[in-house]
Amino acid sequence: MEQNISNIKRLSNPFAYFLSVGGFLVLLFMVIGSVYYATVAVDYQWRWFKVPKYFMYKSSVTLYAEGFGEIDTIAANKDKYDITVTTDAGKRTYTVPEGTFDWTEGDMVGPGDIIASYEGGWQPGILAKGLWVTLKISFIATFFGILLGIIGGVARVSNTPVLKWSAMAYVEVIRGSPLLVQIMIFYFVLGTTMNKILMMNGIPRLNAEWYGIMALSVFTGAYVVEIVRAGIEAIHPGQVEAARSSGMTYFQCMFHIVLPQALKTILPPLAGQFINLIKDSSLLGMISIRELTKATREGITTSLQTFELWILCAILYLLMTFTLSMCVQYLERRTATK
Amino acid sequence: MIDVISIYKTFYVPHEVKALVDVSNKIKAGEVVVVIGPSGSGKSTFLRCLNRLETAERGQILVDGVDIFDPKTNINTVRAEMGMVFQSFNLYPHLTVQGNVNLAQKLVRKRPKKEREEKTRMLLEKVGISAKAKAWPSNLSGGQQQRVAIARALAMDPKIMLFDEPTSALDPEMIGEVLEVMKTLAKEGMTMVCVTHEMGFAREVADRVIFMDEGMIVEEGTPEKFYKNPTHDRTKLFLKQIL
Repeated sequence: MEQNISNIKRLSNPFAYFLSVGGFLVLLFMVIGSVYYATVAVDYQWRWFKVPKYFMYKSSVTLYAEGFGEIDTIAANKDKYDITVTTDAGKRTYTVPEGTFDWTEGDMVGPGDIIASYEGGWQPGILAKGLWVTLKISFIATFFGILLGIIGGVARVSNTPVLKWSAMAYVEVIRGSPLLVQIMIFYFVLGTTMNKILMMNGIPRLNAEWYGIMALSVFTGAYVVEIVRAGIEAIHPGQVEAARSSGMTYFQCMFHIVLPQALKTILPPLAGQFINLIKDSSLLGMISIRELTKATREGITTSLQTFELWILCAILYLLMTFTLSMCVQYLERRTATK
Repeated sequence: MIDVISIYKTFYVPHEVKALVDVSNKIKAGEVVVVIGPSGSGKSTFLRCLNRLETAERGQILVDGVDIFDPKTNINTVRAEMGMVFQSFNLYPHLTVQGNVNLAQKLVRKRPKKEREEKTRMLLEKVGISAKAKAWPSNLSGGQQQRVAIARALAMDPKIMLFDEPTSALDPEMIGEVLEVMKTLAKEGMTMVCVTHEMGFAREVADRVIFMDEGMIVEEGTPEKFYKNPTHDRTKLFLKQIL
């Protein structure tokens, strides 16, 4: 207590305050500077200007003739041109922008001749796609994680052995083994058998993404069970007595009285869990899901911009987790005012 | 209305305590029974057994002829007919005052929205708190909270009201307003079982006073007889201490 008071006093002095902030900035600058110095020392070529194309790039389109033949007609079609070509492979019409071709009607073409070559529209780059996959997987897994966690948490505090022990076994088994191993089991063991069964019944197989989502949901759910249990047990028993004594059933009491109140106390640890979920989704690259981490790795194999892309990858994860924790802080403040 | 037949209850945690030993009693419809006794005498346990918040290990309790400890009994339908008011109010903090009164009407009685809102409005008026219908429980004083709790219990149209030391957690100046509501209820002919130390209340409205000690009913009688001429030494000692 004494320590706190003296700290506040010291910081209330503006000079000391700026000195302290300045110290932080100097420290930050030193860390970044020394990293930069080290990379210069090993002759690393920073090429940040090449990074944006991993988010958005203009695709280039090249159209080739399919066989021997000739250009039948070239007709204007609004601001584009329709080139109709008859070759031994058949008749085809290409719609291309003006000025991207150099043909007149009746010209002969051979296989592999370029009919037209032009810049297409904007395309999302590999990192943008990876980011989207990571967001999608995290979102769906969060949803199922909460669902599993609440069901498990309610089962965990019940007095029925079958529910209570199932929940306990679930939590112990899942928390006791590495996530990476679980992902492998979900994909290579469960995935193989399930896909085989699905195919035998004529149902299309599930792709790797769904097994990844399952593994993450089940893993996160186990931790959420314990968080929900702690939240439920923190509710004053008088609340349950009041609800039950008015004739509510166990489940009515649970869903109308206990869980809404527990939600408030479990929100911060829950947020921590889902931040972990976003980070853990990076392991899904192991079962060939091209999420952010795997996308980064693939980007590096083609560009060799190791430093830029890994740093960028980390920043993108940071952005996601930081946004989530800000949202939860907002929610917390809103529920706290009640 | 309630027939308590020789119930026993022992707590083992944190150490063995015989909370109820061979307690029998009959509570008639329309009767106001006040239970008094020193702390740890089993009076709260007795009250909580009446709607099975505690289960007795031996004995029977018949509420309108229904054995409430019978596993085949649907306890929720029995409880719906018994309102309970607690020492610590136990209002639901995540609901407003009217939300508190509405909830069980909706979930248990399945009343349509209009009907239950009308009921809530009427009850809040009755306990003198209609101005705070949209307030949160945490913004109310103890006395106001307890009156809301009474309204919440009454919303179920109970046949019996159980009060577990409803004024013990209140500041002295708020006790009066809660007792006033309880007196009104008693005069309307509500069957009430009330654990309390309020001697004034007991004298004025009780039909019968039960004195408990060490898990047993030591003495019972009309308030007149009970306060003026207690027969048992333990009762005399207790009355001397509190009066």
